[in-house]
Amino acid sequence: MDFISDHAVLVVSLIKIAVLLFVVMTALAYLTWFERKVVARIQSRWGPYYVGAHGLLQPLADGLKFLFKEDVTPPSSDRFVYILAPFLALSLALTTLALIPFGPPGIQVFGQPVFVVANSNIGLLFLFAITSIGVYGVALAGWSSNSKYPLLGGLRSSAQMISYEVSLTLSVVGVLLLAGSFSFNGIIEHQGGNIGHWHVWPQIVGFLCYITAAIAETNRVPFDLPEAETELVAGFHTEYSSFKFAMFFMAEYANMITVSCLATILFFGGWLSPFPASWTWQLFLPGAGLIALGLYCLYDTVKEMRGIAQLQFAVVTLLCLGGGAICLIPRVMPIVQGPFWFVTKVGLFIFVYVWIRGTLPRFRYDQLMSFGWKLLLPVSLANLVGTALAILLVKR
Amino acid sequence: MTLPVILFFICGAFAVAGAILLILARAPIHSALALILVMVSLAILYLLLGAEFIAAVQIIVYAGAIMVLFVFVIMLLNAGVENRTNWSKMAKYAGLPLGIFLLLEIAHWVWRSSVGARMANGGASQAAFSTRALSMQLFQQYLFPFEATSILILIAILGALVLAKRSE
Repeated sequence: MDFISDHAVLVVSLIKIAVLLFVVMTALAYLTWFERKVVARIQSRWGPYYVGAHGLLQPLADGLKFLFKEDVTPPSSDRFVYILAPFLALSLALTTLALIPFGPPGIQVFGQPVFVVANSNIGLLFLFAITSIGVYGVALAGWSSNSKYPLLGGLRSSAQMISYEVSLTLSVVGVLLLAGSFSFNGIIEHQGGNIGHWHVWPQIVGFLCYITAAIAETNRVPFDLPEAETELVAGFHTEYSSFKFAMFFMAEYANMITVSCLATILFFGGWLSPFPASWTWQLFLPGAGLIALGLYCLYDTVKEMRGIAQLQFAVVTLLCLGGGAICLIPRVMPIVQGPFWFVTKVGLFIFVYVWIRGTLPRFRYDQLMSFGWKLLLPVSLANLVGTALAILLVKR
Repeated sequence: MTLPVILFFICGAFAVAGAILLILARAPIHSALALILVMVSLAILYLLLGAEFIAAVQIIVYAGAIMVLFVFVIMLLNAGVENRTNWSKMAKYAGLPLGIFLLLEIAHWVWRSSVGARMANGGASQAAFSTRALSMQLFQQYLFPFEATSILILIAILGALVLAKRSE
């Protein structure tokens, strides 16, 4: 016990890292399930259905499959860099999540905030620093495979990520000017009050620039040129197999989560509730939402499911109902508010991501480049200058 | 030994090892990777000294932007493995001892200066600049040099463009 109280930062941080990794890894796995289900819905299919109830065990099966596949290393590849690249991609993608506050800093254990691993004064800058070296994972993977298609994919993706990173950073500076802080908690607290104080309203242009650049930065449809199947087989990860391939896959999804978290924090008030604090009934929302989900699952269990699937879904139902009941305990209720709103907002963003993937066709490469440099960059620059002028005029 | 001191030695070792690897590596991309390692280690050293902003900018600008361009060019040219030359006699008998002497001298003066004393005392310096203080200095006291530098860089970019266009 002495050791814990002496090294509170170290111990609490390690526990937080372990919990965050577990949660994020599970979320990554189920994100693939979510994406396949939503895209299937858009394309009038069923999506994963047979592995577990509603395909809920599909991510587990996929993970096992990746683990047991043969791990092929091309003989002419640069071995060290070839192995380094996926590690770099995944570890950098996961590191950024350490900076994200999932809830208010006031909730503490041993004097350490619970909902953020690394509470930095310049969190936003650090996040950009880490994402700016995230390019290497993709670029090095393309180069070290020593093969045509990966090299082209790697080159494309580095060019694309460098180009859009400029707009991404510039589109965010408007928010920084408004909030006057680099720290995530400072930015979120500046949006306090209700939905009308969110930065998305004064910074609507900045937000649109941000979300466009963010989709390009994470190499997602319609900007997924690094892995354009029809031209480049699979782009930078063509030569990767087994778990190294899975690591790139996980890195892409982790980047998606980071970018959605950042959008939530910067423009949509992070862990703040959209309603004014005087509406006390909103405290019941997390529990009520989970119980509603549980009731729907109960209906499904009884009506739709048969055999082993019925058993599995009964477990899901119990988890939802139990979680909802816990959220309604008066002591727990205020703690779950922050994470509830944060996760809900991030979930909405990820849904939009998947929605865009299911709807839009891919850009051509020259279109992508001219769009980034000739439209997105000037617009985000103009937004920055406009915001600065407006702030100056209002303050006078 | 406290945690900052341990971190200082780890990052210092990484920075030195990266610098040596940068020179010794035969494939250009390995040299570039070693240079990135040096820059990231330096950033962590800045962080230990309390200069958060400089650390972040070090990674964004050097490791993130400049080195990405380096790697990009190396990939684009597909530069192969370099050949080793035989060491020239000059380098062997004059260069090596002189180099070691220079290193020892620098180490000696750093050790004797106040910087060395402060580093030995465990890193975090009192003169740590907050981001706000830094930007106040940059945009008030040093505004003219700051803007002049940006114009200089713009001219350099234009010059590079002109040179590239002329060869067509």
